[in-house]
Amino acid sequence: MKTKKLADLAKTVRSKNASPDKVTFDIIFNEKENYELVKSSGCLTRETIMELFNIPNERISDFVEFDPAYAIKFTLYRSVTSGSPGESDVFGCQQYPPLLDIEIPVGE
Amino acid sequence: MGEKKQLKILCPNGHLGFAPTKEKSFWIGAKEKPDYYCSDSGSNDIGPTPLGADISVSPYEWQKHDLEVMLIASREQGVPMIIGSAGDTGTNSRVDMYVGMIKDLAGKHNIPKFKLAYFYSDVPKELIKKKLNEGIVIEGLDGRKNFTLEDLEKTDRIVAVAGVHPYIKALDMGADVIIGGRSSDIALFAAPAIRAGFPEDLSYYLGKVLECASFCAEPYAAKETVIGTITDEDVKVTAMHPKQRCTIASVAAHAMYERSNPFFEYVAGGMLDMRDCDYEQYDEKTCRITGPKFVPIEGKVKVKLEGSGKIGERYIGIAGIRDPYTIKNIDTVLELVRGQIKELYPDNDYQIHFTVYGKNGVMGDLEPVKEIKSHELCVIVEAIAPTKKKAESLAIMGMRQIFYARLPEVKGTAGTAAFIVDEALPASPAYEWTLNHIIPVDDPMEFFDVHVIEVGK
Repeated sequence: MKTKKLADLAKTVRSKNASPDKVTFDIIFNEKENYELVKSSGCLTRETIMELFNIPNERISDFVEFDPAYAIKFTLYRSVTSGSPGESDVFGCQQYPPLLDIEIPVGE
Repeated sequence: MGEKKQLKILCPNGHLGFAPTKEKSFWIGAKEKPDYYCSDSGSNDIGPTPLGADISVSPYEWQKHDLEVMLIASREQGVPMIIGSAGDTGTNSRVDMYVGMIKDLAGKHNIPKFKLAYFYSDVPKELIKKKLNEGIVIEGLDGRKNFTLEDLEKTDRIVAVAGVHPYIKALDMGADVIIGGRSSDIALFAAPAIRAGFPEDLSYYLGKVLECASFCAEPYAAKETVIGTITDEDVKVTAMHPKQRCTIASVAAHAMYERSNPFFEYVAGGMLDMRDCDYEQYDEKTCRITGPKFVPIEGKVKVKLEGSGKIGERYIGIAGIRDPYTIKNIDTVLELVRGQIKELYPDNDYQIHFTVYGKNGVMGDLEPVKEIKSHELCVIVEAIAPTKKKAESLAIMGMRQIFYARLPEVKGTAGTAAFIVDEALPASPAYEWTLNHIIPVDDPMEFFDVHVIEVGK
């Protein structure tokens, strides 16, 4: 089975604070086809996020498929609140890169 | 009311002053003769230090520039201008600073007399203590525990986050310009629409879609102007930049931005439910939205509180490492370093953190790449202590111990750290968010007092 990286299928892959206690991730597609492809692939789910970031289910506050925007979105509780001592991404905007390499099967 | 069939609000900037408003699209928008000029100037994205230390992160000149273009356009046209969360944090001192800027600008441009309303939102610690002692529950958000007297001890400054209430009151008092304390960004757009008689469902949505200005348009551009139009049936949002459009995708995607969930937005007084939103391309640059619902809270209004507390003075040390064996065993090295520091400073009144760039400096425990692939590492030593002197000594100790940390297999025996400067650098004091909570109130105006003064010639 051929695969493509998420980075090559999505228009936007980003992370950002959603309150001082959470970081939210948005994966947005230009067209319905790629959105549906990734949505139905089973490669971007609560379970795969838990595995990728090595976190328990309780760390994921929301996981949403948002059809009007062709977007998949999930939100994590931070282990350290934004801007606290030892915390090194005050905006939470550099937490998305591991998503870029997720391999999505694209058929034969 | 509903004497107007539609109301147009212009938003030039999603965080006024943080980066300057782009003037070209602003003046294109001003030609549309909006009924209001509105912009929020705050964020809690910027970490706990600005609130705790009561400072702005935006440069004074940019803040004043952005107020200036809005003031000139709105006064020329004779329509109100509304600013929320003055000076990044919305504290009293930031409100006073913006009020001062408006007075200066009115003088500079010889603007005829107008009414300037402002309200504060700092909450005295004593008041919160009283509420806690009365048994009022201050409920934690985003997984936080309920607020306690112990948490209050750790807090230096508290602001309450305003809903539409003080804005409606200021408009009722005849305000031409409003400078608001800390506010929900959507409230300052919703307030004039609600006051004009438009449905709450659409009024709050109008605020939601406008609050970040051109972030609801595509292609991506920041600090460009958008205009939102509300009627009794719908909200339309239009990009003013010649190359930007508000599309179904861009507007829908904006609902997700900086929120844990694209379907719900909470504000003092209720919740905006966007699950049944319908998006439609109205014209080339305009998206039309129908179907949002505002669900008023049952029982007492709950006002959000933000609080920040100082942890200590802070110094930063920077150490570079090139020795391959030290890089490979960096965790062991830092364990040794921590042990050495503990020996010298056995007390518990300080913190020392090591952020290792090249390993997991950015992502920390979320970093899936476990193997270090870099031939260099940069270690940032962050020391926090009750006094500057102690923080400095600790940071230097952190650097020196990396320098001396010699694992037996290391060939270089003259030093295992490269320094740009062999000293620790003073940093801003360390703060932490102590409050991200909500408190029930009998009167939604309880924390906000509105003042009106006359400004101009």
